[in-house]
Amino acid sequence: MAASIIEMIVFPGFVFLGVLGMIFEYVDRILYARLQNRKGPPWFQPFADFIKLAAKEDIVPREADSVMFKVTPLLAATATVVASFYIPLWGPAALHSFAGDAVVVIYLLTIPTMSFFLAGWYSTSLYSTVGAVRTITQLFAYEVPLFLVILAPGILAKTWSLSEMAAFYSAHPLLCLSNVVGFVVAIVALQGKLERIPFDIPEAETEIVAGTFTEYSGRLLVLFRLAISIETVVGAALISAVFLPFGYGLGAAWGFVVFIVKIAFVMVILAVFKTSVARLRIEQMVNFCWKYVAPAAVLQLFISLILSAFVG
Amino acid sequence: MKKPGKMLAELLRHVTKRPATTQYPFKKIDVPATYRGRIVFISENCIGCKLCMRDCPASAITINKVGEEKIFEAVFDLDKCIYCAQCVLSCNKKALMTSTDFELAQITRKNLRMVYDAKPKPPAPPKEPVVAPPADAGAAPASPQA
Amino acid sequence: MVNPEKIVKIPIGPQHPALKEPACFTVSLNGEKLVDLDLRLGYNHRGVEKAAEGRTYTQNMYLFERVCGICSHSHATCFIQCVEEVAGLEVPPRGRFLRTLIGELERIHSHFLWLGVAAHEIGFDTLLMYSWRDREVVMDLLAMLTGNRVNYAANVIGGAKHDVTDEQKAAILKAVDTLEERTKYYIEVASEETTLIARLSNVGRISLEDVKRLGTVGPTARASGLSQDARRDDPYAAYKEVPFSVITDTHCDVYGRTLVRVGELMESYKIIRYVLQNLPDGPIAAKAPRKIPAGEAVSRYEAPRGEDVHYVRGNGTEKPERVRVRAPTMVNLLSVPKMLEGNNLADVPITVAAIDPCFSCTDRAIRVADADGGNAQVFSWEESRRFGIDWYRKNGVDFTDVNKRLAQRLK
Repeated sequence: MAASIIEMIVFPGFVFLGVLGMIFEYVDRILYARLQNRKGPPWFQPFADFIKLAAKEDIVPREADSVMFKVTPLLAATATVVASFYIPLWGPAALHSFAGDAVVVIYLLTIPTMSFFLAGWYSTSLYSTVGAVRTITQLFAYEVPLFLVILAPGILAKTWSLSEMAAFYSAHPLLCLSNVVGFVVAIVALQGKLERIPFDIPEAETEIVAGTFTEYSGRLLVLFRLAISIETVVGAALISAVFLPFGYGLGAAWGFVVFIVKIAFVMVILAVFKTSVARLRIEQMVNFCWKYVAPAAVLQLFISLILSAFVG
Repeated sequence: MKKPGKMLAELLRHVTKRPATTQYPFKKIDVPATYRGRIVFISENCIGCKLCMRDCPASAITINKVGEEKIFEAVFDLDKCIYCAQCVLSCNKKALMTSTDFELAQITRKNLRMVYDAKPKPPAPPKEPVVAPPADAGAAPASPQA
Repeated sequence: MVNPEKIVKIPIGPQHPALKEPACFTVSLNGEKLVDLDLRLGYNHRGVEKAAEGRTYTQNMYLFERVCGICSHSHATCFIQCVEEVAGLEVPPRGRFLRTLIGELERIHSHFLWLGVAAHEIGFDTLLMYSWRDREVVMDLLAMLTGNRVNYAANVIGGAKHDVTDEQKAAILKAVDTLEERTKYYIEVASEETTLIARLSNVGRISLEDVKRLGTVGPTARASGLSQDARRDDPYAAYKEVPFSVITDTHCDVYGRTLVRVGELMESYKIIRYVLQNLPDGPIAAKAPRKIPAGEAVSRYEAPRGEDVHYVRGNGTEKPERVRVRAPTMVNLLSVPKMLEGNNLADVPITVAAIDPCFSCTDRAIRVADADGGNAQVFSWEESRRFGIDWYRKNGVDFTDVNKRLAQRLK
């Protein structure tokens, strides 16, 4: 019981993932700045933002549904932390695992997006509502490709448990090369999930202020930001567990270093991606996802199916 | 040819370069010698024609006669001044100069009132501005523009 | 027919991250599609025209420089041209060339600023950072030449205030080379980057006919194929002697406006090089009298945002009797509702930004008052029509018969 609580709260729960999330938020911000030829924030900026926001007053709009308004940030943060328990972090085995946990992880990672939608919807402000609708529209565009490419490597490994998938691919590292298409698709879909440029349409600053989060302030906003930071790390960990299953047999210390390097690698790709393009319009985003990303995901599925006939 | 991420090469080229931004308050900014900053008053040259007062678009200058002789002091309201340097142009006797001093922010409005005392008079102690002490303001170095 | 219950009205402004100045666009949406746009101005009325009546011409020069934060030289020069015309002053050639030089540097600075703002509106912050970084080059040039980065105070009545030294010439030419190289790169980016083109093309379309009908000016009009430029059509300063071409485009959309602006940057570099190489010798300013004689003048100036028009009436004193400013944004704003027809919510910020709006330059108030200082009076359309008919009748012109005959003809 005590061990579970520590697991939940400290390691690898809220505190650890929160700190890691903020460290990677800093990496993202500094890289974004340096690519733009700016200096960027000092290393403690995400922590300073956190403390500052946490010290501020929560304001719940009179028109908003006060219960939903307060619950959704917590829901978002919790779901991402829970998802991390099923993802292999530095060993091939995740903290908990069972057959089919890959599906559960993807569903758990959908909960933050759903809670953004609910938060925006129950804020009842115009900007929030538009943001909420955009969040959900976008979800339908990237979720299917993401699902397909996370599960496709599972076909080859003949398991839908992330831990077993990681174990299979670290035993057959060459087979990873068959998942390159999936890796690219997953990066694009993750960018959409995290609502970053070019898919930051639900919070497009110049159109709908802060979208879903327009009415949020103080501790509730900080929970949302924390949830996004954690989601970034968990998403990157998911991608690296499925597509980059290297360095698992090195023991805890080196395994941890390799884990950090892998997440950093994914983060760098995400940051460079974010820097080099403009924001799309919502219908362009949906078109792009169904026209290019979804067929690519199906292609990955076929590659895995064909290969599994030979490997099996 | 259309392709996404056209700026990518340019972006990656800049990762190792020094940022183009300046850490301003920690690193001072060089302004050109011709910059129109705080106006400097040279009492010896002033003949009290008050053309500057007449032309000032912001009524930021007041020239006062001190004592019996033809000695003048200038009072600048730096909060009103728009730093157009029309007074420098209007002055026929080169009694007004621009300086490159541009960091003029103050905590209170009172400090923005700057008095250039005429030489013979002892400096007025209560109205001492933080911008530049009045004791040497009268003999402030002329701007390099001149 | 759109179900009225499905219409959502979203206010963009007066306080909104997309707008740097207060203006209110009330957008009626059906889903993401725009059905109606309501525009409200007047949040930033400063009473500049009235203030001008209480100041001398010299003081007004600096007042009009502050009408706009970006095209400050444009407004100041436009005003001074009126004053010079009323006073009958001839600006010496060197003064005219120097005005052109500052004017073109200002155009470069304004267009780079626009490029960054437009990039920000479509969420391409990287382009914003790079274009504003390069804009610093021209800002530094302006600071070196005139002593300030924005409000240049580069004019005196009758000429220019600051002369150019040989070192400054060399510095300008060197900076212009850098800028030209960068601009070529941005043209490349604008013509190749997919996401940029996707966001800009077919957004905010306005046809040549609508441009003519709504009186749109500047790069907005030129991007719809209207070859109109006050520098060529009504040359002022040194533009008669300087060879340059007017950039037009037939895309009719925001993408076309981008291409026109970057194309104009390249023209500006040409003009600057020509001006510096052919700078005539002689005085930079003519001596101006303090009192400007009675008379009135209108002057046109091609500001970076479009044609700027000033009207000045002097009455023989040191102060003008009436000054009227028509900023280019005033006319361009009228075309925004037309441009936004059938577009998405996401296109509103970029379409508004694409006319390069400057709301505080635009805000003027007109108050109709009785001559004896009585109450303000606002005429309705019918009342003003009646008033017009009565006024003409009082002056001996009667249209009643003509109207009757016209009505019969039409039958």
